[in-house]
Amino acid sequence: MEDLGLKIFGAVLTTILGFTVGMTYGGIVRKLTARVQNRYGPPVYQNFLDLFKLQSKKTNIAHGFMGHMAPVWIIIAAVTVLMFIPILNGDLWFPNLSFHGDLIFLLYMMVFGSLGMALGAGQSGNPNSAIGVSRGLSQMVGFEIPFVLALVALMIQYETTSVQELTQIQHDTGVWMVFSNPFAFLAALFASLGMFRYAPFDIVGAPAELASGPISEFGGKYLGTMMSGGAIFAFIKLTLYVHLFLGGAGNPDNSGIFATLLGLGILLIKTFLLYMVPVFYGWINPRYRTEQAIRYFWGWPTALGIIGILWAVY
Amino acid sequence: MENDKNSQKIVDYIQNFARKHSIFVLAYGTGCGAIEIPATMTSRYDAERFGIRGAATPRQADVLLITGYLSTKTLKRVIRVYEQMQEPKYVMGFGSCTINGGMYYDSYNTINGLDQYLPVDVYINGCMPRPEAVISGFVKLQELIQQGKAENGKKYRENLEHYRTNQKKIIKNWRMPDYNW
Repeated sequence: MEDLGLKIFGAVLTTILGFTVGMTYGGIVRKLTARVQNRYGPPVYQNFLDLFKLQSKKTNIAHGFMGHMAPVWIIIAAVTVLMFIPILNGDLWFPNLSFHGDLIFLLYMMVFGSLGMALGAGQSGNPNSAIGVSRGLSQMVGFEIPFVLALVALMIQYETTSVQELTQIQHDTGVWMVFSNPFAFLAALFASLGMFRYAPFDIVGAPAELASGPISEFGGKYLGTMMSGGAIFAFIKLTLYVHLFLGGAGNPDNSGIFATLLGLGILLIKTFLLYMVPVFYGWINPRYRTEQAIRYFWGWPTALGIIGILWAVY
Repeated sequence: MENDKNSQKIVDYIQNFARKHSIFVLAYGTGCGAIEIPATMTSRYDAERFGIRGAATPRQADVLLITGYLSTKTLKRVIRVYEQMQEPKYVMGFGSCTINGGMYYDSYNTINGLDQYLPVDVYINGCMPRPEAVISGFVKLQELIQQGKAENGKKYRENLEHYRTNQKKIIKNWRMPDYNW
């Protein structure tokens, strides 16, 4: 019973952590972008204010059942996936379900939120939403291929599909997967550019072009819930990358409160540095067209993924 | 946002604080005023430091910014856009044309005085108002929001008959869907 209580506590704590970190990173990116553009920029907590404002809107309109359910799906998918990735390797406070999830399952679940958004956007009947959804699915077809190739390379190399075991291997041998399979890491890094949807791959939202795409008919609480789900998803992707390639965070041999805090600090540093890659890439790039984006992903990133698999096999 | 005793409770205060510092603007670029919006948003005047940012669609927006003269044809679209916005919602009239018609005061095809057709929270004077004036208008709106006085969405709903009568005087072929909150 005590174990169950700890697990529930850990789940709540994980959700709060993922939400806070994701929103704060978004705020930091807005501030940094402003500084790069020689502006003063909004405060770092601006995203929280936006969310609070959206949640305190007095009227909210939904266009039917799926329009009502889409934000709920997104946040359900986000929290579910969050439960299946290890936040800290072998830590007492964030046990969650990390032992029972594997990479193939995560690949499926991570698409679930986008699917919910696609259905909700479809029901709103806005033509911009429909174009945005078709673009998003096309882009997903693009970046999923190098991403899956990179993950398959890891699975072949270490003969396991469990995120937990992959992290544990890095902890035991002391060699991060960046070094043991650099090609797979590069392929996954290129895929992350598309995943985070910063420029040049912001073809889904495309504010000036598509009027924010799939979310164009969502306002108020619906938009706020989608924002929270997106923030948690950003945290999920970053944490997954850190645990797969960058040696993970947390020390399974030592389970004191200081070890937890140290692990969290390391996790935050690693995820932040990783998050800066798509952001930096976005600052210096204009927007691609859909077919250019797909051609980009099916070019060098896919080739790197195949080289990564060959590297793993031989 | 005002309760019975006409004073703000703590929740109202926090909500108004968030509303005040997070203003999503839908710039309805009807007239020449739209050219001042990029200058207000970009690096020289940087409206984003007040939490003001552009919204792409009426559903996400808080402020409807009417930048310049309104012809009778665009008035129809503006009304439609305004009714799609979610409360609390605010309207800012931008430039002399929205106040009294400006240089188009005797035109057969433009309206004089936006507040006959939509409830306006803040007018910005000038032809054209410079970005400083736009920002000062936004600061005025922020003050109104913080004091809980920006309640024009409710005002529009309650006085719908009045506004509809005025609107139908201008728009002869009224073929619009019903107001759907």
